[in-house]
Amino acid sequence: MAKKVAFLQGNEAAAHGALYAGCRFFAGYPITPSTEVAEVLSAELPKVGGKFIQMEDEIGAMAALIGASLTGSKVLTSTSGPGLSLKQENIGYACITEVPAVIVNVMRGGPSTGMPTGPSQSDVMCAKWGTHGDHPAICLVPASVQELFEETVRAFNLAEKYRTPVMIMPDEIVAHMRERIVFPEPGEIEVVDRKGPSVPPEQYKPYDTSFGDVPPLAAFGSGYKFHVTGLNKMQDGFPTTKAEIVQAEEERQVRKVEANKADIMKWEEYLCDDADVIVVAFGSTSRSARFAVNEARKNGIKAGLFRLITFWPFPEERLLELSKKVKGFITPEMNLGMCTGVVKGCIEGNAPVLGIFRVDGEPINPDQILDKMKEVK
Amino acid sequence: MAFDYDKYIRPGKLPHIWCPGCGHGIVMKGLIRAMDSLNLKKEDTCIVSGIGCASRLPGYIDCCTLHTAHGRAAAFATGVKMAKPEMNVILCGGDGDGTAIGGNHFIHACRRNINMTYIIMNNYIYGMTGGQFSPCTPTGAKASTTPYGNPDPGFDIAKLAIGAGATFVARGTAYHAAQIDKLIAEAIQHKGFSVVEILDDCPTTYGRRNKYRSVIDMMNRLKEVAVPVKAAEKMTAEQLEGKVLTGVLHKVEKPEYTEEYAKVIQRAQAAK
Repeated sequence: MAKKVAFLQGNEAAAHGALYAGCRFFAGYPITPSTEVAEVLSAELPKVGGKFIQMEDEIGAMAALIGASLTGSKVLTSTSGPGLSLKQENIGYACITEVPAVIVNVMRGGPSTGMPTGPSQSDVMCAKWGTHGDHPAICLVPASVQELFEETVRAFNLAEKYRTPVMIMPDEIVAHMRERIVFPEPGEIEVVDRKGPSVPPEQYKPYDTSFGDVPPLAAFGSGYKFHVTGLNKMQDGFPTTKAEIVQAEEERQVRKVEANKADIMKWEEYLCDDADVIVVAFGSTSRSARFAVNEARKNGIKAGLFRLITFWPFPEERLLELSKKVKGFITPEMNLGMCTGVVKGCIEGNAPVLGIFRVDGEPINPDQILDKMKEVK
Repeated sequence: MAFDYDKYIRPGKLPHIWCPGCGHGIVMKGLIRAMDSLNLKKEDTCIVSGIGCASRLPGYIDCCTLHTAHGRAAAFATGVKMAKPEMNVILCGGDGDGTAIGGNHFIHACRRNINMTYIIMNNYIYGMTGGQFSPCTPTGAKASTTPYGNPDPGFDIAKLAIGAGATFVARGTAYHAAQIDKLIAEAIQHKGFSVVEILDDCPTTYGRRNKYRSVIDMMNRLKEVAVPVKAAEKMTAEQLEGKVLTGVLHKVEKPEYTEEYAKVIQRAQAAK
C-alpha cells in the first residue's frame, strides 16, 4: 500500500508527529509563529479522545501540561520566544519533579517581543540556561518538515524515556515552510512509553533509584498515592534539606541525560571526511550551508557540513575529533554567536571558528557562507 | 468516639510546620472531616497547592498530592482534572498565593467552572516570607513592607470569585471550626468550581505587628467580625459595618467544563 503523502507546513507536521507519538493532551496559549500547532491539535485531539485546552497564559499552559502528564498522559505545548521565557518557571518544575513534557518552541526574533514573524535561532541557549538552577536539557533542532515530524516523535520518546521536559526548536522558516511529507506507518517509527511502577502502591516511591537513574513514574488516579513537590526531594518524593541527599539527587537529574548522550545526540555529517573547512549549522541555516558546501566542492574547495539535529546535549567530542584535521569551522546562525561560542568551547583551540551572524529577520544565504570559506586559509 | 484523623494523615509526616496559634491546622482538620464524610477515596483524590505556609497542607494528607510553583495551583489542577475528570481535585493555599501571583489562574478557573474545590486560607499576610502585605491585607495595617501602614485597598476574595464565575462560594473562619467541614463538604459535592475562603490568623507575622497581643485576641477578632448570611438578612447596613458574612454566599448551576469538553469530543468524533 502506498504511504500517505501530504504537503504540510512545519507546525502542522509537528502536531501530526505528536499524535503519532501518542500525545493525548495539549495546553497552550496563542503566540506567533507557533499557533498552527495548537490549531491542528484543537481539531485532531478530541477525535482520538484527547484533550485540548487553551489556558489563560503561557505559565498556566506549562502548569496544566505537568498536571496532565502526572495522570499518565503524553503532553505537548507550543510556544515562541516570549512564551518560552514565561514557561521557564514550570519547565524547571518539570525538571526537578522529573515529569515528561514536550515543548515546541518556534524561534522568532528577540529579546522580548522582538520580531514576531521573523525567523531566528536565538533561543538555543534559553533551552539550556533559561530556567534557574542545574538541570538536564534536551533540545532538538530539525531542518525540514519531514524531520520536524520525526523529531517530534523522538522528542516524546526522549521525554518519556528520561522523565524530563524536551524542547524541539524549529526556527520560524522550518516551522512555516511547506514541504512534501511522507507519513510513517504506525509502528514504523518506535514509540516509547514511560516506565510504570512494578511494585505495589504501598511500596512505591516516585524517585526510587534502585530502578536506576530514571525511576518508574506512576500515574495519579491509578491506585498509586504519592507526593510531588518543586522542593529538593528524597526518593519518596517528600522535601529534604539534607546535604548529601540534595547533592546526590541534583547530580542524578543531570546525569540521566549526560550519561545517555550517545542515545540522545543526533547529527548529520555531509562530506566531512576529507573536509578542510566544516560548516556547523542547524535548522534552516543548514539548508543554505548544504547548498554552499555543494557549490564550494564544484570550485575545488573541500567543504563539509556538520548539521546539528540535537543542539543539547551538544556533540562536543565529535567536533573536537574533527577539529584536529580541519583548517577551520564556519558557524552561520541567526543569532549573535550562540552556537559559535559552544563550538569554540569544545575544540580546544585546534582550529579557527568563523561565525556568520544575522539577527535582522533574514535568512543566511549560501553566498555569505561561500564568501566566509575564502577566509579559511 | 473521637474522630480518627490518622486515617487521612501520612504516617511520619507530623508535626507540621505551622506556628503555634496558626489556623491552618484547624482548616486541615476540617478538610479531613469533610473528605471522610463524603467517603472520598484517597487514591482517587488529588490535592494541589502553590507556595506558602498554607500550601504545605497537601504534604500531610495521604492522597495524590501536588505541591506546585507559587500561585500556579489552579493551573496545575486544571491539567489534572482535564486529563482525568473522574478524580476529585481539591486545591488549597493562602491569600497571597491565590490572589496575587496566582490571581490570573484563579479567576480563569472560576470562569471555566471546572469541577474542583479551592480552599483559600486568608490570613491577610505572606507568612512564610516573614509578613509582607498581601492583596488581602487591610488598608492601614502594618506589615514588614508597610512599616507606615498599608496604602493598598484589599480584595474581597468571595466577591472576586463570584464576579469571575465560580458557581459555589462560601466563607468560614478558623474560629468557627465546626462549620469548616460542612462548607468544604458542600463545596466538594457541588458540580462546578467551588471556592471556600477561610478567614485565618497569623499571630507570628500579622498579629504582633497589629496589636493583637495573643492568639486568643486574633481568634476573638474572627469571632466578632463573622456574621452568618442568614443573620445578616435581619441587620441594617450600619450594624453590618466592618462585619464579614459567613456561610454559603453563592450557589448556582452552570455547565461544568469537563462535561462541556466531553461534548466537544462527541462532536469531533461525530464529524470524523
